[in-house]
Amino acid sequence: MVELMIKNEKAKATIKTPSPMTSEHIQTVEKNTVVQTKGFNLWYGDHHALKDINLDIKENEVTAIIGPSGCGKSTYIKALNRMVELVPIVKTNGEINYRGRNILDPSYEVEELRTKVGMVFQKPNPFPKSIYDNIAYGPRIHGIKNKKILDEIVEKSLRGAAIWDEVKDRLNQNAYGLSGGQQQRICIARCLAIEPDVILMDEPTSALDPISTLKVEELVQELKDNYSIIIVTHNMQQAARISDKTAFFLNGEVVEFDQTDKIFSTPRDKRTEDYISGRFG
Amino acid sequence: MSARERFDHEIQAIQNDFIELCNRSIETLENSFEALFQKNLEQAQQVIIQDVEINRMEEAINDRVIKLMTRQQPVATDLRRLIVLLKAASDMERVGDHAVNIAKEAIRIGNERFITSVELLEDMCYKSTEMLRQVVEAFVEENMSKAKEIAEYDDEIDEMYGDMIKHLMQLSSVVPENISQITYLSFICRFVERCADHATNIAEYLLYLKKGQRFDLNH
Repeated sequence: MVELMIKNEKAKATIKTPSPMTSEHIQTVEKNTVVQTKGFNLWYGDHHALKDINLDIKENEVTAIIGPSGCGKSTYIKALNRMVELVPIVKTNGEINYRGRNILDPSYEVEELRTKVGMVFQKPNPFPKSIYDNIAYGPRIHGIKNKKILDEIVEKSLRGAAIWDEVKDRLNQNAYGLSGGQQQRICIARCLAIEPDVILMDEPTSALDPISTLKVEELVQELKDNYSIIIVTHNMQQAARISDKTAFFLNGEVVEFDQTDKIFSTPRDKRTEDYISGRFG
Repeated sequence: MSARERFDHEIQAIQNDFIELCNRSIETLENSFEALFQKNLEQAQQVIIQDVEINRMEEAINDRVIKLMTRQQPVATDLRRLIVLLKAASDMERVGDHAVNIAKEAIRIGNERFITSVELLEDMCYKSTEMLRQVVEAFVEENMSKAKEIAEYDDEIDEMYGDMIKHLMQLSSVVPENISQITYLSFICRFVERCADHATNIAEYLLYLKKGQRFDLNH
């Protein structure tokens, strides 16, 4: 009887102990916003290409941008590192705040921005140089000359892009000799070498075969632990597989932005449902 | 025909197969009731034989859904519709199994006269088939209010089931020599009550299809 009472006391004590943080609790903790877009508009001449865009991109998440051709999704991500300014007829207004600072402010140094916001393009575009020089290119521009440090950066970046084991014995060979999938991972490694905070990916697997696509997708999943990733994709299944949040763009507007699970199971807007179900686009 | 139209066409074809399965299962269930109450043992045998076709129809629906999922990778409403068809077909196949169970009990009772009034059981049978018919109608019309009404029917059937079982239990102490038939009738009550539950499940699936949220209509 005494023993039973002790057990009961122990049980009570156990109940009173606060429960540890579960994954559910952790999920409810709001992540920091890394890129905040507020009332952003963009014109190509007279064409109003992006209309009143409001999007909060969170830290260590994969955000997918989907939408039919010409909806403004590529324009949007090119605005995030101000690459869109290379088109002379572009006009913008509104705000894009990276870590709280408006990147559209003329005083914001574009070189500084692009060090923090890296980009990977649709077609793999390595430089016609050795694998090593491709990766060391960015750090060298930033003034790193020490061979030992460069070696470390090259290895770390190639490992980060999950291609080290495939190329470690031929670092001095031309990057053009690699397969398309390998070239794309070299480009991702090149992007990692400058230690960005945000990685923009513009249809990074559209020119790759299914195996290479899978490797890049796995890589994106691994990279999100250390980076915030924004990926434009035409592949709906890819958006569903790899992203945490999805934004659906249509005619330059964000029709819906929500958790990816929600977008692909019960979207709020009929236009989203019609697009993801292949009814238009 | 565009790819999307072909997809819609195939979903519609699967839905038509499902409606056909529903009609077949309900008809078989009615035949099992008729066999029981009219002591038509030949008809009871037919019910058992007909179940093979019901099983085949359910498997055909499963195969078509899996093929379409593989080829089209549906999302949102399309995905829910296919999952709902898969689950609802399974419930309707179970209705066919219950019809077989009832037919087997009818054969066991044989030509023996019923030891008690089966009026309440007859009511239960009528209500359960009515429920199944209505849920099929609600499914075709995608009528959510009709689906919710079906749940109320289920409560009535649950109550009738409780009363019937209580009555049979009491009877077992009054006429213990008839324990076999009492057991057979108790099982039949259970099978009928389960058929009503399957109708409620399908009503829930319809709400899930339309709203994307799960509802529990079977309290």
